[in-house]
Amino acid sequence: MSVLEKPPPEAEDHADHHHPEPFWKRYIFSQDHKVIGLQYAFTALFFLLFGFTLMILMRWQLAWPGRPIPIIGGLLGEANAPGGIMLPEFYNQLGAMHGTIMVFLGIVPLAVGAFGNYVVPLQIGAPDMAFPKLNMASYWCYFPGGLIMLASFFVPGGAANSGWTSYPPLSTIATQGQTWWLVGMIFLITSSLLGSVNFIVTIFQLRVKGLTFMRLPFFVHAQLVTSFLLLLAFPPLEAAGIFQLLDRVLNTSFFQPSGLVISGEVLEAAGGGSPLLWQHLFWFLAHPEVYVLILPALGIVAEVIANNTRKPLWGYKSMVYATIFLGFMSFIVWAHHMFLTGMGTTISSFFQTTTMIISIPSVVILTALFISLWGASIRFTTPMLFALAFLPMFGIGGLTGLPLGLSPTDIHLHDTYYVIGHFHYVVAPGTIFAMFAGIYYWFPKITGRKMNDFLGRLHFWPSFIFINGIFMPMFIVGLAGVSRRLWDGGEQYAHAQPVLEWNLFMSISAFGLLFAQIPFMINLFWSIKKGKKVDSNPWQATTLEWAAAPSPPVGHGNFVEVPAVYRGPYEYSVPGHPDDYLPQNLPGKEG
Amino acid sequence: MGGHTAEEIRGEIRRYWIIGLALFLLTVITVAVSYLDVSAGMAVFVALLIACIKGGLVAAVFMHLISERQAIYALLILTVVFFAVLMIVPIGTRASPIPMG
Amino acid sequence: MQIPYTIEERPDTGLYNAKLGIWLFLASEVMLFGALFSSYVLLRTGDPGFMTMSHDVAEALHLEGHAHRWSDVLSVPLAFVNTLVLIFSSVTIVMSWASLRLKDFGKFRLWMGLTILCALGFMGIKAIEYSSKFSHHLYPETSNFLGVYFTLTGLHALHVIGGLIVLAYLWGPGSKMWKSQPQRFVNRVETVGLYWHFVDLVWIFLFPTLYLL
Repeated sequence: MSVLEKPPPEAEDHADHHHPEPFWKRYIFSQDHKVIGLQYAFTALFFLLFGFTLMILMRWQLAWPGRPIPIIGGLLGEANAPGGIMLPEFYNQLGAMHGTIMVFLGIVPLAVGAFGNYVVPLQIGAPDMAFPKLNMASYWCYFPGGLIMLASFFVPGGAANSGWTSYPPLSTIATQGQTWWLVGMIFLITSSLLGSVNFIVTIFQLRVKGLTFMRLPFFVHAQLVTSFLLLLAFPPLEAAGIFQLLDRVLNTSFFQPSGLVISGEVLEAAGGGSPLLWQHLFWFLAHPEVYVLILPALGIVAEVIANNTRKPLWGYKSMVYATIFLGFMSFIVWAHHMFLTGMGTTISSFFQTTTMIISIPSVVILTALFISLWGASIRFTTPMLFALAFLPMFGIGGLTGLPLGLSPTDIHLHDTYYVIGHFHYVVAPGTIFAMFAGIYYWFPKITGRKMNDFLGRLHFWPSFIFINGIFMPMFIVGLAGVSRRLWDGGEQYAHAQPVLEWNLFMSISAFGLLFAQIPFMINLFWSIKKGKKVDSNPWQATTLEWAAAPSPPVGHGNFVEVPAVYRGPYEYSVPGHPDDYLPQNLPGKEG
Repeated sequence: MGGHTAEEIRGEIRRYWIIGLALFLLTVITVAVSYLDVSAGMAVFVALLIACIKGGLVAAVFMHLISERQAIYALLILTVVFFAVLMIVPIGTRASPIPMG
Repeated sequence: MQIPYTIEERPDTGLYNAKLGIWLFLASEVMLFGALFSSYVLLRTGDPGFMTMSHDVAEALHLEGHAHRWSDVLSVPLAFVNTLVLIFSSVTIVMSWASLRLKDFGKFRLWMGLTILCALGFMGIKAIEYSSKFSHHLYPETSNFLGVYFTLTGLHALHVIGGLIVLAYLWGPGSKMWKSQPQRFVNRVETVGLYWHFVDLVWIFLFPTLYLL
């Protein structure tokens, strides 16, 4: 990280303090949004890799049930994998923690904490976030939350094992790891609350002169709506988390119905609670959370596509309104996760209607991005490859969601591998590909160097092929009715026999995907030191972050001179202008 | 917001005390009503009505929402809508249940 | 580096940063307490025995004769006094803000000090209430109504404690800012006031729904 440790000499000139700050203040308890963004980025990337490794272990077990795991099998401990053979209880821990880590510790912190933190203030011309101390506090709530989740693997009984959804009463009677999970979640919720307040205030208050709402880059709109979702949807989960914590620690009965019998014994509790209440409160967050996962990704893809097609985004305004509508609707679709709970048909009809409605704005955004490609002379840069792959992958993820949103078809598909295939298409080749696009795209701004294109292609093509190899067969397996939670992949079930062979295929694809990330890791760390040096606007982009010269932008304040904005965000190939891009901050005719 | 001249602020102070007194009286009323023998539905209605009036006074005057900026109003309207959505939770669980067993 | 609009208002939104920030935080709090209330409604309407205390239980708790509903074990007089204390503290904190705007620092200290005393008084009465419940062996696990009661009032009390810490800071060491950046200090008192009124507002709803209905 030599680039980060040696800021360019100009940085000192514009700093408030003319003596350099001590190391811990500059890189550990930093209040600079750029450093905090990088802290988030590296922590989140670590958790993504860790969560992926958990899945690799599971995929081994699914491909070869009951066979000892080579090499690392012996390291997992006798309680988890005696003789290297995974126990069902451990498989459940891996499943629950894979979901939790990927969503709450990997993707959201990367999409919002890292990209949002680094890019949003730059794109709106702000010197920093509105509340730098809160920003720091946000990271330092996220980090211990992650540590608590990791530590839970080592407590008696292991980590949480009731699924990432933690449905009671199963989770109420689960081992100690569940309590750790709840405490960790409270830290993460606090972190995202602090972050979302900060983002909204920053975007409302710190836009530079001339940057009206309809001139904001689409990425900023996406982050703004995302922040509102985090702000208003997380508190109900916090309430639910507190209830579940009390159920477990103080033996209250918020989620424990009367007369619950476990292993032949009546549960000692006052009773009268409602397990369904948890599901309502959980999905009240967790459905908007889906859009928290996808909106920043759409924002990144929009930036990359506009830049590499060298033309304005098609239907920018429709995309903005669609995003706002999407955010709004995401609060009233949650019960489509609960069609099979015995919830009434009236309510099911209501939620399946809203679910169908919410697909409209998603289609509007995706269509606008597709049409933006029309007639463009596309630059096939590495970020563009990932952005282009995102479009059909997100499309598949979205379309396969329709049968799940309709209660009659959901009865068959609920809790099968089909569901896994559906949402992974949205978040894995969807969101994670967009995150890769974002890393390749903004890397030159962060380091002043470009990542290697050959290694980038070596990362992209195998990833693209293998990731489809994992998730496409899940639709087949799921349609055959195989449940998503089977430790042996369905070996004991007659109806799973015809599709059992796909397990091996999916697992080998997963191992392939792991190997495909090696070029990326090499590229990322190698390029920090050795990547090709580039100027402050290597992609010839129009938005304000590229006006913050040099790369990386100066330590305190980002901009040497506060910019002003004269036109919309994507003025590419403007007729009559000598260059094919017209930066937002270039004085001249209002566009 | 709140006024800027000393005159305006003194006017506000008078208003604060009046509202404080009103809140005190409404609290007495709500307790008094709870000792009356009315139907359960009526009791809930009256108690919530009084609580809403009190809450409204606090928000409007003490939190000076009567003279606040548009952005705050927009935010609060949004929040109130989603608060109402949250209240679907109990209804959603009870409405037209599928007979079990 | 200077973050814009920390003190003065941004012309197009008419707000300084912290004011928008505190309202966003309160919006999130509305959703938190909204979820808690909504859960209370669901649990209460979903379980026919939610409020009724069986005869055996009343006897076991030595409450026979005067308690048939779980809410009967709560003390209305104490909660009534506490309501008045919080309402009064709402008046005093708004008075401290007004005094500052009249540039009367002495009166600010007085009213802010009274607010802190009210907050301490509220917590004292709360402690008496809780300990009397515990001494009758009434715990969160005893019944779902008591679970809701302890959770909601407990979370509210945590909000009071949080507010108390900030109030004490602004009364004591934080008030030095009045000398260096008076307008910023007025803003701080305003924002913490908004939070404090919200805590009062939550109690205004907790009091009848838990104690009186």
